Amino acid sequence: MSEELVVRRISNGTVIDHIPAGRALKVLRILGITGEEGYMVSMVMNVYSKKLGKKDIVKVEGRELSSEEVNKIALVAPSATINIVRDYEVIEKRKVELPERIEGIVRCVNPKCVTNAPREAVRPSFRVISRKPLKLVCEYCGEYLTEEEVIAQLAGT
Amino acid sequence: MSFRGKDVLSILDFTRNDLERLFRIASSKFEGDELKGRVVALAFFEPSTRTRLSFETATLRLGGGYIGFDAVQGTSIAKGETFSDTIRMLDAYADVIVVRHSLEGAAKLAAELADAPVINAGDGSKRHPTQAMIDLYTIWREKRGIDDLVYGVLGDLRYGRASGSFLRALNLYSPKKVYLIAPESLRPKEELLDTLKMPWEFADLEEVLPELDVLYVTRIQKERFPDPAEYERVKGSYRIDAALLKNAKESMIILHPLPRVDEIALDVDSTPHARYFKQASYGVPVRMALLREVVP
Repeated sequence: MSEELVVRRISNGTVIDHIPAGRALKVLRILGITGEEGYMVSMVMNVYSKKLGKKDIVKVEGRELSSEEVNKIALVAPSATINIVRDYEVIEKRKVELPERIEGIVRCVNPKCVTNAPREAVRPSFRVISRKPLKLVCEYCGEYLTEEEVIAQLAGT
Repeated sequence: MSFRGKDVLSILDFTRNDLERLFRIASSKFEGDELKGRVVALAFFEPSTRTRLSFETATLRLGGGYIGFDAVQGTSIAKGETFSDTIRMLDAYADVIVVRHSLEGAAKLAAELADAPVINAGDGSKRHPTQAMIDLYTIWREKRGIDDLVYGVLGDLRYGRASGSFLRALNLYSPKKVYLIAPESLRPKEELLDTLKMPWEFADLEEVLPELDVLYVTRIQKERFPDPAEYERVKGSYRIDAALLKNAKESMIILHPLPRVDEIALDVDSTPHARYFKQASYGVPVRMALLREVVP
């Protein structure tokens, strides 16, 4: 089944394609898109993909997401591709690239880390020390954060 | 590299050359009034004896003054003031801020918030860079060098901040070998093991004792244990006494960041191996050298 049958093309905005199946909601969560911003957001999950078998797709109408914003989704969707659309044409296509630092998206698993202290003037931040499998290290306490922990946190569990 | 105005958060902020410059200053028996008119803030959010008193002494010996606290009782933190706000306030009062805190990364946060340089006097269970400087300085003085020696690091290598800092510090040198001697539940976390660049292995004390040039002993710290029953189970199993040391090299030295409880028997104190009191006495000259170099 072609995706076109499920979600129509967008005229202007961003299409995030090749999201691993089932992770579209996590992608939206990382991007901070709640639906209250007023953009038209469409999402399909578990559609057929030649590359991935099954995949998710997110389309955000009327907003071109910057590389910086979008790269953060590499935490859960390293295979994702970004298409910037203007007048129904894809004018830019790129792969997401995990940044070297991740700030404020996930929290440190060490309960004694200062980033977990309530009301302090600090955001959790991590350095990426391995991409495959994903491994982050807390810049404050030095504790590791593994891929499973990242996914679990972003799933809200 | 000049340390002037720099934060001292981790021993790895320093190079080997930096440390040796510091050691030469510390050993030069310098006296002076480099801190005259300067105020050192000693922000001890967690209790400490040696570290706090040696920072106080170092400040006074350099002609400076200090402000601060050594418990959160009696401060506004007890009323709910945050660590961040306390640091901002001290930043307005002092020329340098020395921080001890139970939370990991507290010193880094303080450094981000304060314009004044921040010296980490121990935060959480990983970093205690000034202790590591003193440990290295002791070996540098007592063994006339730090490279090519065989080290045993014994005790709580998981929750103890001194042992972790010491092991990281050894990365700056080329030890011949480092034996990690700890019960399984107190072995270092992979975060630390992954960073070790020297040859190391887990070992039994009795087996490796004859090889050692330096034995670094740490206390099994009750307050760092998630489970008190586990503490009771392991506390007695890593104990050094004079009889055991008969198998050691005559020149082997024993260090301990102190306080000790019962991991080193009192009969060791009078052996030529014991250097832990000397090590503690070096706390003042090393911290004097550091303050002299850091305070803007």
